[in-house]
Amino acid sequence: MTRQMTGAKMVVQALKDQGVDTVFGYPGGAVLPIYDEIFQQNDIRHVLVRHEQGAVHAAEGYARSTGKPGVVLVTSGPGATNAVTGLTDALLDSIPIVVLTGQVPTFMIGTDGFQEADTVGITRPCTKHNWLVKDTNKLADTIHQAFHVATTGRPGPTLIDIPKDVQFAQGDYTTPQKARTEHYAPTVKGDIDAITQLADMIEKAERPVFYTGGGVINSGTAASQLLREMVEATNFPITSTLMGLGAYPASGKNWLGMLGMHGLYEANMAMHDCDLMINIGARFDDRITGRIDAFSPGSKKAHIDIDPSSINKVIHVDLPIVGDVGHVLEDLLRIWKSRGRKTNTEGLKNWWKQIEAWREVKCLTYKNSTQTIKPQYAVERLEAMTRSMDRYVTTEVGQHQMWAAQFMGFDEPGRWMTSGGLGTMGYGLPASVGVQMAHPDSLVVNVAGEASWLMNMQEMGTAVQFRLPIKQFILNNERLGMVRQWQELLHGERYSHSWSEALPDFVKLAEAFGCKGRVVKDPADLDDAIREMIEYDGPFILDVLVEKHENCFPMIPSGEPHNKMLLGEATTDDAIGASGAVLV
Amino acid sequence: MNALKIKKGSSRKSAYDLRDPNADIVETHTLAVIVDNEPGVLARVIGLFSGRGYNIDSLTVAEVDHTGHQSRITIVTGGTPAVIEQIKAQLGRIVPVHRVHDLTVEGQSVERELALMKVAGAGEKRVEALRLADIFRANAVDSTLESFVFEITGTPEKIDAFADLMRPLGLVEIARTGVAALSRGAT
Repeated sequence: MTRQMTGAKMVVQALKDQGVDTVFGYPGGAVLPIYDEIFQQNDIRHVLVRHEQGAVHAAEGYARSTGKPGVVLVTSGPGATNAVTGLTDALLDSIPIVVLTGQVPTFMIGTDGFQEADTVGITRPCTKHNWLVKDTNKLADTIHQAFHVATTGRPGPTLIDIPKDVQFAQGDYTTPQKARTEHYAPTVKGDIDAITQLADMIEKAERPVFYTGGGVINSGTAASQLLREMVEATNFPITSTLMGLGAYPASGKNWLGMLGMHGLYEANMAMHDCDLMINIGARFDDRITGRIDAFSPGSKKAHIDIDPSSINKVIHVDLPIVGDVGHVLEDLLRIWKSRGRKTNTEGLKNWWKQIEAWREVKCLTYKNSTQTIKPQYAVERLEAMTRSMDRYVTTEVGQHQMWAAQFMGFDEPGRWMTSGGLGTMGYGLPASVGVQMAHPDSLVVNVAGEASWLMNMQEMGTAVQFRLPIKQFILNNERLGMVRQWQELLHGERYSHSWSEALPDFVKLAEAFGCKGRVVKDPADLDDAIREMIEYDGPFILDVLVEKHENCFPMIPSGEPHNKMLLGEATTDDAIGASGAVLV
Repeated sequence: MNALKIKKGSSRKSAYDLRDPNADIVETHTLAVIVDNEPGVLARVIGLFSGRGYNIDSLTVAEVDHTGHQSRITIVTGGTPAVIEQIKAQLGRIVPVHRVHDLTVEGQSVERELALMKVAGAGEKRVEALRLADIFRANAVDSTLESFVFEITGTPEKIDAFADLMRPLGLVEIARTGVAALSRGAT
């Protein structure tokens, strides 16, 4: 039995059938029929953002904190082009989102019509897949396919471009069960021989390390559980990328902290000196590897990834396993256990002794002050006062992001939302909107820098309108801190355009938006200010005036290997060679 | 690497001297990519090559299964073995791509290209062009009193060789189809 309905009604019906409860969007001429249908129903909440980029980041925040796909609805032309940054962000961080864009009617496509853009052309390289639907009979089927592609395999953004006449026309509705999805079926089970070989390597390794990434979180909570069990049973040390924080609890005893350019000394040294590296759902990003030809020179490397193109893309590995992290870990645990749960205990004992010595370096030490608030101190206090709460943290991009990753600990997956691959300034505030929509009773804090925050500050209006009590924790150094740091280290301390001279008064800005703000500059007042921020029933902007010239350490200078880290206060002369300076 | 070490803040050298001189040797591979014949699929494949900095030496595309809506894209590309593997993996990631065959490594294959060449001239040159065409088994598919259009089929090398011979004899224009390739044997 087929059901006839208009394309616009079909969109809403398909979203309902996909279990969607929230849509982030912004209306416009080419999506008015869909907005008309949204008006006439109560199952799907629509969150009106203030800019389409905000809608996509909000959907990303929603997706990452729930494990469900985020949904965006925007109009044609500028609506679609404004979504491009968010789509690219979601592509690089493998976040499942489905974006619906309006388009001029089919008979006008190609005529440079009002608000016409070649949306599928523009978004082709920044989506996992996209579709232009020209026939209403195919609309529902395409939407279901888009959800299937976005959420299976390596997740990512999909986009469906829907011309206005297709929204008006009548067509047959296709249910999710009848939709064509068979053409896209990624490998989820890993090769058993390879997994057995990994179990063998685990049994023999003297200096092993788990190097985990966002793939563990994307694989679902069961994968995180299996990872914990694996780490517990083997007693191997574990480190994670920025994207994977929370898959293994930061309070766990085997946790080394984050690795990479601003990762912890012990994590990077363990990566450099290990004899077995087990990469689970990470992709050897350049922030992680540093200098490629000196990356972990003495190790055998195993790589578990659902995306075959991640294997050997950057680092040649000895044992590739293509499959879903959860499935592979399940098989790995089963096989390793059936072989007698063996590890090289003597080797491990010495390895842990070495790691303890590295931990003694206490690489996160910084010089505190009673005069000014050190940014590290501000994050430490925020962490201390919120760690035990039901808490979600988003960030913008820059120094504050790295300090948050270093000083905050996450014990569950999906609690930490940050723009990793693309490094999108302006991500954090809209992402916090999306997270708070999904978790109305939880504490949602955006750790921000003032420069990033200003990039999408219009979304405070969304927060106020939808009564989302998001907390904006702004580390305000009146600088583009990370840019300033690089200029200091690499460009002769010539601070070209990396400071702000005309910042707004954030307290007045909060009032102007109809929420509350507070400025704090004395370290003695910090706790009280954080407490007020947490306890305030509504959106809150805390403007923390921090030390302006603080640098983020430890740091692996560009073009250097993991064992050439710079620690705080260390001399930075000659730290970066010419070959490193061309890297970003 | 450390030969380039300089003081902080001093001027930068060009990035070009960072290229690894010992990089692996570049190989040429012929890939057959079976795709859903849907709008934009060729743009996805080409965009992948340009976006990730891979080379396309030759490209042919046509529908091969009308009822199944499938097209075959034959790409001749070059790169180190690692790059070739990466190209295949990236192609496999495109949703409408069904299969990627590397004809260069999957046993033996036959490769053919068709070219049309317009050769203008008179007298001895015209006779010589016709004689060489006969040797290469090229057909004259159009002729006027002062020109021929030759059709030639063969490997790209054969077509190159024929074009080289025609050039001094008055070669005016060439149209080439790019390579079509199939594996040898029953499967």
